[in-house]
Amino acid sequence: MSFKEIFEKYSWQEVRESILAKNTRDVEDALHAPQRSLEDFKALISPSAARYLEPMAQLSRRLTQQRFGKTMHMYIPLYLSNECTNICTYCGFSMNNKVRRRTLTEREIMQEVEVIKQMGYEHVLLVTGEANQTVHVDYFKMVLELIRPHFTQISMEVQPLDQQEYETLIPLGLHSVLVYQETYHKDEYRRHHPKGKKAHFHYRLDTPDRLGRAGIHKMGLGVLIGLEDWRTDSFFTALHLNYLEKTYWQSRYALSFPRLRPFSGGIEPKVNMSDRELVQLICAYRIFNAEVELSLSTRESEKFRNHCIQLGVTSMSAGSKTNPGGYIVAPESLEQFEISDERSPQAMAQMIRGGGYEVVWKDWDEGLMI
Amino acid sequence: MLTIADKTFQSRLFTGTGKFSSAQVMEQALLASGSELVTVALRRVNVRDRSDDILSHLDHSQFHLLPNTSGVRNAKEAIFAAQLAREALETNWLKLEIHPDPKYLLPDPIETLLATEELAKLGFVILPYIHADPVLCKRLEDAGASAVMPLGSPIGSNKGLKTIDFLEIIIGQSKVPVIVDAGIGAPSDAAKAMEIGADAVLVNTAIAVAGDPVAMAGAFKMAVQAGRMAYEAKLGITGAASASSPLTTFLDEL
Ligand code: SF4
Repeated sequence: MSFKEIFEKYSWQEVRESILAKNTRDVEDALHAPQRSLEDFKALISPSAARYLEPMAQLSRRLTQQRFGKTMHMYIPLYLSNECTNICTYCGFSMNNKVRRRTLTEREIMQEVEVIKQMGYEHVLLVTGEANQTVHVDYFKMVLELIRPHFTQISMEVQPLDQQEYETLIPLGLHSVLVYQETYHKDEYRRHHPKGKKAHFHYRLDTPDRLGRAGIHKMGLGVLIGLEDWRTDSFFTALHLNYLEKTYWQSRYALSFPRLRPFSGGIEPKVNMSDRELVQLICAYRIFNAEVELSLSTRESEKFRNHCIQLGVTSMSAGSKTNPGGYIVAPESLEQFEISDERSPQAMAQMIRGGGYEVVWKDWDEGLMI
Repeated sequence: MLTIADKTFQSRLFTGTGKFSSAQVMEQALLASGSELVTVALRRVNVRDRSDDILSHLDHSQFHLLPNTSGVRNAKEAIFAAQLAREALETNWLKLEIHPDPKYLLPDPIETLLATEELAKLGFVILPYIHADPVLCKRLEDAGASAVMPLGSPIGSNKGLKTIDFLEIIIGQSKVPVIVDAGIGAPSDAAKAMEIGADAVLVNTAIAVAGDPVAMAGAFKMAVQAGRMAYEAKLGITGAASASSPLTTFLDEL
C-alpha cells in the first residue's frame, strides 16, 4: 500500500477538528504515554498543549540528548540553479518572476565548492528549481561526479524524480533527498501551484515512496508553514513519516519546518505561526518520534536558533546563500528567500560549543556507500 | 478485533495443543480459553485421518487450525512440510517453526527468512516463530509474513517476557500483527504482553501443564482481555520529570 491510499482515507476537516478538540487531559496523557500514537501527536500540537510548553521542552530535550547526545550537525545549501518552469506563489524562483536565470557551470560549481570547503563544511545540500529541460538527471549526475571527492555527505533538494532516476544517482554519492509536500491540503496546493509539473499533487506525494523503493539512505519531509493551518499540515507530515518509517525501514528520516519568508513579489502567509507555536511543534515532533532528525535553517532568527539547540533540533545550516552562485560567483543575484540568521559558520559553531554541544561537520563517509 | 491476512478474530488468545494430559482435557481447555486460532504440530497428528484423536477434538466451528512445522530443521524441510499441511488440512495458514536445535528449540533466523520468502511465493499465510529480533521481524515482513511471532523467553520455560525491551521495539515498528509466542508462563505475563501493545499471545504450556488446565485457560482468557483493555485505555506512566533550568522563557523576550 502506498501512502496515497492511506492519505485518501483522511479528511482535512475532520483531522483539523479533532486536533482542536484535544483537551489538557489528552495532552497530559500524551506526555506520559510510554509510546506516542498519532492521536497523542494531535494532542501535542493542539492549542491545549500551549500551557505545557515548558514540560514539553524539557521532555523534548531529554529525548533528544538520549538519542543524539549533545551534538549539532552542520550543513550548507549550494544553490545550483534558479531556472524554474513552475509557478509557486511563495517562491522567488517562480517562472512568472522576471529575474535573470542562471544555472552554474562546472567551473562555477567548483568555485562555490572551494568557498564552502573553506568554511569547514563536509555536508552539502544541492538546491535547484524545477527546469527539467536543462537541470535534469544528467546535470545532477555531472554535479555528483564533480563534487563527490570534496564532500563526505551530499543531499539534494530538487524537483521530484522517478524511482529509476534516483537509482542512478544514489550510487554516485547521493546520500539524502529532501522533498517537502509544501501543504497536504489538496485544494490549497492547487492554488499555490497553478502551473508546471509541480501542480501534480499526487506525483509529489508519492515521491518518498519512490525514494524508499530506490533505497535512499535518508529522506527529508516537511511542509511550508504559512500556506495552510500548520497543525493539520503537521499531522499529515507525522502520518507520512509514520508510514514511511514502517515501510522503508532501512532509511533514515529528517523533518524541517520552514516558515514562509519574504522574497521579492511574494505572497503574505495565510497563517502566521508564532515563535511559541514553532517551539511547540519542534517539541511535539521530538516527543512523537525520538529518532527523527530535526533541521532548522537560517530562515529563523539568531536568537531563536540559539535556543533551539536545547529544544530538539539536531541539524542546522549557517552562512547560507539562497541564490545560485551566492557564495562567490554571483553574490548579488536574486535569492529564493531572505535569510534571517546571517552569522558565519564559525560564529555559529562557537555559539553551539558555548552551549555545551559538539559541532558535527562529518557524519557520513562515502566508503559506507557502494 | 484482530485481522490477520483475510481472517478476523474476536479473541486475541491463541493456543497450542501440545502437552495436555488427554485430548478431552485439551478440548475443554481450548473451549474455555475462547481461542479461535489453535496450532497443531504436524508431527503430532495424523493428517491423513480426520478421526485422529487430536484433530477430532478440534472439530469445532470456532477453531481455525494453524498447522506448525515444529520438527523441521531447515527451510527445505519446512517448505515440504507446509505443502503437506496445506493439502491435508486444507488451509494455507502456517506457523513456521524451524529449530535445528533439539534442546532449547530455538528458531533459526536465517532458514526462517529463506522459507518465508519461498512460502510467500507459494501463497501461504505465514506466521513465523522467531527470536525477538526487530530487524529480523522487518525482514520477514518484507518477505511476505502475515504476522510475526517473537518469543517472550525460551519455549516451554514459563519464564515470561524476558525480551520485553525488544518486543516493544518490534511492536512499535511492525506493519503486521505481533503475536508474542513462547515463554508466557502466567496470565500476568499475557496481560503484560497485551499492555505493551502485542496484537495477540500464543499460550500452550502454561495452560496444558497447569493444575487445572480448564480453569487456567479461563484465567488466560480474562488476562488477555484485561491487558488489551488496559492498552486501549492507555496506561499512565510513572517517573517524575527532572527539574532543570527553563527552556522556553526566552520566548517572552522575542
Ligand atoms: S518552489 Fe521550487 S518549483 Fe516552486 S517556483 Fe520555487 S524553485 Fe520553482
